Amino acid sequence: MTNSDIQEILGKYNNDRFRLMDILLDIQDKYGYIPKKFFNLIGQAVGLSSAKVEETVTFYHFFHTSPKGKYTIYLNDGIVATMKGRDNILKQFSEQTGCQINSVSKDEKFGLFSTPCIGMSDQEPAAIINKHIFTNLTVEKVNRIVRLMKKDTPIQKIIQTIYESDKVQNLIHTMVTDNIKKTGSVLLNKYKRGSAVKKSLNKNPEEILEEIKNSNLRGRGGAGFPTGTKWEFCTKSKQKPKFIVCNADEGEPGTFKDRVLLTNYPELLFDGMIIAGYTLGAEHGIIYLRYEYSYLKNFLQSKLEQYKKENLLGKKIVNSDFNFDIRIQLGAGSYVCGEETALIESMEGKRGEPRNRPPFPASCGYVNKPTTVNNVETLSCVPKIINHGSEWFKSFGTEESAGTKLLSICGDCGNSGVFEIEFGMTINEMLEMADTIETQAVVVAGPSGKIISENEFNRKICFEDLATAGAMIIIGKQRNLLEEVVPNFLDFFIDESCGSCTPCRVITTHAKNRLKKILAGKGTTKDLKDIKSWGNLMQKSNRCGLGKTALNPLLTTIKFFPELYERLIKDKEYISEFNLEKATADYEKITK
Amino acid sequence: MSKKVKFTIDGNEISAEEGKNLLDVACENGYYIPALCHMKGHKPAGSCRLCNVKVNGRIMTACTTLVSEGMEVITEDEELAELRKTILEAMFVDGNHFCPACEKSGVCDLQALAYKHKIMSPKFKYEFSNKKVEAEVPKIMLEKNRCILCKKCIRAIKSKDGKNIFGFKARGKKLEITMDEELAAQMTDEDIQRAMDICPVGTIIKKEKGFKIPIGKRKYDKKPIGDNVEKHKEKEKD
Ligand SMILES: Cc1cc2nc3c(=O)[nH]c(=O)nc-3n(C[C@H](O)[C@H](O)[C@H](O)COP(=O)(O)O)c2cc1C
Ligand code: SF4
Ligand code: SF4
Repeated sequence: MTNSDIQEILGKYNNDRFRLMDILLDIQDKYGYIPKKFFNLIGQAVGLSSAKVEETVTFYHFFHTSPKGKYTIYLNDGIVATMKGRDNILKQFSEQTGCQINSVSKDEKFGLFSTPCIGMSDQEPAAIINKHIFTNLTVEKVNRIVRLMKKDTPIQKIIQTIYESDKVQNLIHTMVTDNIKKTGSVLLNKYKRGSAVKKSLNKNPEEILEEIKNSNLRGRGGAGFPTGTKWEFCTKSKQKPKFIVCNADEGEPGTFKDRVLLTNYPELLFDGMIIAGYTLGAEHGIIYLRYEYSYLKNFLQSKLEQYKKENLLGKKIVNSDFNFDIRIQLGAGSYVCGEETALIESMEGKRGEPRNRPPFPASCGYVNKPTTVNNVETLSCVPKIINHGSEWFKSFGTEESAGTKLLSICGDCGNSGVFEIEFGMTINEMLEMADTIETQAVVVAGPSGKIISENEFNRKICFEDLATAGAMIIIGKQRNLLEEVVPNFLDFFIDESCGSCTPCRVITTHAKNRLKKILAGKGTTKDLKDIKSWGNLMQKSNRCGLGKTALNPLLTTIKFFPELYERLIKDKEYISEFNLEKATADYEKITK
Repeated sequence: MSKKVKFTIDGNEISAEEGKNLLDVACENGYYIPALCHMKGHKPAGSCRLCNVKVNGRIMTACTTLVSEGMEVITEDEELAELRKTILEAMFVDGNHFCPACEKSGVCDLQALAYKHKIMSPKFKYEFSNKKVEAEVPKIMLEKNRCILCKKCIRAIKSKDGKNIFGFKARGKKLEITMDEELAAQMTDEDIQRAMDICPVGTIIKKEKGFKIPIGKRKYDKKPIGDNVEKHKEKEKD
């Protein structure tokens, strides 16, 4: 890799500092990693110091500053993968490649790394190898994969050999199964591309805004904010240009429903973005796609090309006066980038640190211009609302939660996959659908949500009761909730915090250590009291949702599974036990 | 000129320009709200989370709140005191703060706030941070284990052509401050002194100058932190 190689890539992006993510991704794609010695060169070209370039490079866990192996294997350490036997797969990869986890083999042929949930919880154990997805791994498959890698087989060929398919155009389906287990009336259903766009362009933007507001559509990305109201904020802003951003970061462990929408119904999303653009007066759309889903990038790109050919994107689309384009921005590995302002920072080539508010994205978002960020599923509802009307949409769901919801059900169940349900379904009904036996707990909305017990299973899935962006992780009775699940979730937040807010950066670790103490049989009622009070502090004092909810795995298990803690704690306020020998063990060792 | 708004801080009526930063306005009116990452005139960082106050009953950081008509601000109560104390304690265990051996003892805002909040021993276990001290640049060094990641140096200290000399590395628990060695080597003595003064703790150290003013005769050895702000409050009350 020479200076001129780097310069060529920089030139491709016009030395634009706001495209630093793309520049770094391209450099890494071409040369395997991003050597520190080039930070200066990159910085000079885009007008940043090397320290500033380093900020971005070191924030994202898929960026490497040293060789990461000709074949880079990422295994996910999320809870579902662990439940499905990830440790065995890791052991096998490790033995076969000669790499410890998070290291590269001596000959730099293999790199073996750990990463959080990769959005394949319905087909774990899974791995990402050179951007390709390997699912349902077994020890035998691992052996075959490594054997092929040792022979320098191209990655596509390995996929085809292992999964017995030769249809290159179908590669994404060869790699990843959709697992659509229940179709519904709104999303997982037939749609004629462009139909809602054409209908919309014959109306005023105000009429469309009215329709969306009247539909009571609420954000599917987690917060449930009314979409119409969000759009209205942005219409009020007079600045130009405006941006529509689709949040396809899908980082909450156990979630994979956007993956299925992107793979099977990208037209719904594109049309939703175009209609949003028309309504808000925005001419640019950006899809922020998580790095884990890079395998979908070319596929989506080809669909976008088709749109351009059909004049559904570009200038004067379908003979109107409206121009709109969509580009795909890849992430590089960071959960917090799913938070909408962190996502905007990331799109601008910076570290994904959530912004302080005000100002809000509606007035000052991407490149300080008015921006609306919506989840894939939210935008995908829009064309259907336009085609069938808001009253039709409201005929599904409950009073406060109109429409349907995609759930990604995974974990200890016989039938994991994506289900389109009407809001208002109970957890019990859901468990039946998912074919479960002996369920101990359901993790509603992933680690940042709630871990609920049997007593709560008659509650409803909807914004007014149990809200979820889609993740539903089922934990069977055979699992040790406090040993296996809770620490896994806490580690996730510790690794994924951006580190800005003192409480989020520091306290999660201490709370986890208290849990360890309790699990070791040394816990007291004071430990529980402390954890609760820190949870309250975290909720109130952190900047973004990550820090606010980081102790939820502890708080909700304390609330819904008090007996698990009681068994370990036995009502002690303090343990005054002091063992001189133990306390001076280190000293004895040193002075021997 | 902007519109004036009326609101209350701790029950007293205040009038200020609409949209001004609450932390600055409070300070101007004699209310000291502890903060380690705020710099007047700079975009707020909203990082240290110490300046949390109650706005209409809700806890918000004062540095990121803009004053508006009719808002009711509480700067001190039991809950806020406990919250601030806990956050300060978190900072103490996150890094290594061995005050008696530190060049900034007596001019360190963190140390001064610990005294003000009567911290005896933190409720968290010490972590004994083990980050590398960055000392390669001739005149300036970074003792990263004291950094509270307030971003003041990143925001305020720039090269002649406006580039960042300081920067963050990594994220989460591993987050640390670093500097651009090339740009740092070009800093003048005054630049370095300014960086050292801006740093609220003892991370940025001008080599060979650490103990120029003897301990015991330093800023907070004489007066507690916030005293200058609150003096003003006393005067107003008279
Ligand atoms: C830590 C964190 C991670 C998030 N991750 C995602 C995500 O992966 N996808 C998503 O759509 N929203 C995510 N959100 C929510 C977004 O901030 C935002 O509310 C959402 O994209 C808005 O779209 P909606 O109104 O259509 O739901 C996340 C929020 C937080 C605090
Ligand atoms: S709460 Fe955590 S992730 Fe969110 S901004 Fe603060 S430090 Fe970053
Ligand atoms: S070095 Fe000092 S000024 Fe810079 S972030 Fe750390 S504590 Fe703040």
